[in-house]
Amino acid sequence: MDFVDLKEFAVTAFYIFKGTGITAALVVGALSLGFSVGLPLACLEVYGPKWLSRLLGVYVWFFRGVPILVLLFLVYFGVWSLVENFFLERFSIRLTLSPFSAALVALGLASGAYQSQIFRGSIKSLHPGQFKAAQALGFGSPSAVLNVIVPQALRVSIPAWSNEYSIILKDSAIAYVIGTAEIMARTKFMAAFTYKHMTFYVAAGVLFYGLTWLGVKSLKLLERKTAIPGLGHGF
Amino acid sequence: MNPRKTPDGSPENGALPERASGHLLDVREISKTLGGKKILDRVSLTLNAGELKTLIGPSGGGKSTLLQCAHYLIPPDSGDVFLDGKSAREMSHKNICAFRQEIGMIFQDFNLFDHLTAKDNVAIALRKVKGWKKNLAHARAMEELNRVGLAGKENLYPAELSGGQKQRVSIARALAMDPKVMLLDEPTSALDPELIGEVLNVIKQLSRAGMTMLMVTHQLGFASRLTTELLFMENGRITERGAPDELLKDTSNSRTREFYLKLNELAGH
Repeated sequence: MDFVDLKEFAVTAFYIFKGTGITAALVVGALSLGFSVGLPLACLEVYGPKWLSRLLGVYVWFFRGVPILVLLFLVYFGVWSLVENFFLERFSIRLTLSPFSAALVALGLASGAYQSQIFRGSIKSLHPGQFKAAQALGFGSPSAVLNVIVPQALRVSIPAWSNEYSIILKDSAIAYVIGTAEIMARTKFMAAFTYKHMTFYVAAGVLFYGLTWLGVKSLKLLERKTAIPGLGHGF
Repeated sequence: MNPRKTPDGSPENGALPERASGHLLDVREISKTLGGKKILDRVSLTLNAGELKTLIGPSGGGKSTLLQCAHYLIPPDSGDVFLDGKSAREMSHKNICAFRQEIGMIFQDFNLFDHLTAKDNVAIALRKVKGWKKNLAHARAMEELNRVGLAGKENLYPAELSGGQKQRVSIARALAMDPKVMLLDEPTSALDPELIGEVLNVIKQLSRAGMTMLMVTHQLGFASRLTTELLFMENGRITERGAPDELLKDTSNSRTREFYLKLNELAGH
C-alpha cells in the first residue's frame, strides 16, 4: 500500500467513523426517547384507568402498524411543515428540523410504542401481591409503582430491551433517506463515489455488527450485574 | 380490657393510650360484591386494644375479602370501617394511605419485595412513606428483624430465605410502621409444616405483648389458646361468634366445632 492509498484510507475511514458516531447518537437518543415514553405508558396502561389505557393502545397500534420509512417521511416532511405553517410562522420563530432530529423523533416514538409493550409485559409478570403489599404499607399508587414495581420490571425487561436495541440500531440505517449523515449514508456515498460497492457495504455491515455486539454484550453484563440474588437471571 | 403494652423493642417505650370507651377497630355492616357475587353481606366486628380475634371458616367464605375491606385495600360497597373512631369512608385518598399505615397486613404468600434485602424490605416504607432518613430506617429495620428472630439475615434477599423466614420478614415490615392493629391473612398456610412453628411463635409473642390482631387461620388449636373470640364465617356472613372454649367444647354442636373436627380429621388427630 503506497502513501497515497494510506492517506486515502485514513480519510475514508475517518469519514465513515464519524458516521458511526452519528448512528450511535441517533440510536442512544431514540432509545432514550422511547424509554421515557414507553415506561410511563406501560405503568399507565397497567395501573391507570381503563379509558386511558385504551387511548394509549391507539398510540401503540399506530406506531406498531406504520413502517419506519413512512414515519420518517411523515415526521420530516409532513408533520414538521404543519408545525412550521401553523405555529412557528405565527410567532415568527425560525427553527429548522434537522434530518437527524427528525429521525430521532420518528425512531424514538416508534421505539416508545414497542418499549411500552416490553415494560407492560414485565410489570404483568411480577406477582401482583407486591403492589398490594406496598399499598397496605401506606404507599400511594404512583410511589408503589416507582419504588416497588419499576425497579423489578426494568430488570426483567433487559433481555427484551436488548432485542429492541438491536432492532432500532438496524432501523436507524433507513434514516439516510431523509439525509441523516450516519453510517449508511456515508458508505453509500463513498461506494457511489469510488465504485467500490463491495468493500464499503461490507464495511458498513461489519460496523453495524460491531455496534450490535457491543450493545448486546453490555446489556448482558448489566443483566448479570443487576440480577436479584437467589432469583437467578435469564428466562 | 387487657392491659396494653408496647411490643418490646419499639422506640416509643411506654403504654399506648388506653381507651375508656369505643373500639380500636370497628368494622360496621360492610358489604362487597365482586364479579356479580356477594362476597360480604353486612359483616360487622370489633376489636378492642390488645385483643386477638380469629376468623375461621371454609374457603370462599369471604375471610380474605373481609380483611382487605377492613384495610380499605378493597373499598367496601357499603358500611364503614372505624379506626380509633375515625371513619375510613369519609377519608380523602391521601388520608386512606395514612389510615393504611396504621393497620399492618400480613399476607398468605408474604408479598415481600423481591428486589430488596430483608433489611430494605422493612426499611423501604419507613423511608418512602414516612420519610425517615436511611440510617434511622435501617436501625429500626434491624430492631424489628431482631424481634422476629432474624438477626444476621438482614442482607439476604427474599429468594434466599425460607418460607418461615419470609413471613417473619413480612411481620417485621408491618411492625416497623407501628401499626395499631395487625390483620393476618392465613399467615402460615403457605408454609411447610416444619416452618409453621417459628411464625406462630412470633404471633404468640406479639399477642402477649399486647398487639391488637385479627387473624384468619386454620391453625385452630393454636389460635384458640390465644384468641379472645372465634368468628366463624361462611357465605359472606359471620354465622357464629364466641369464646373458643364455648364454641369448641365437647357438648357444643356449633358449626365451628364441626369445622374444627374436620380440620383435625384431615390432620390425622
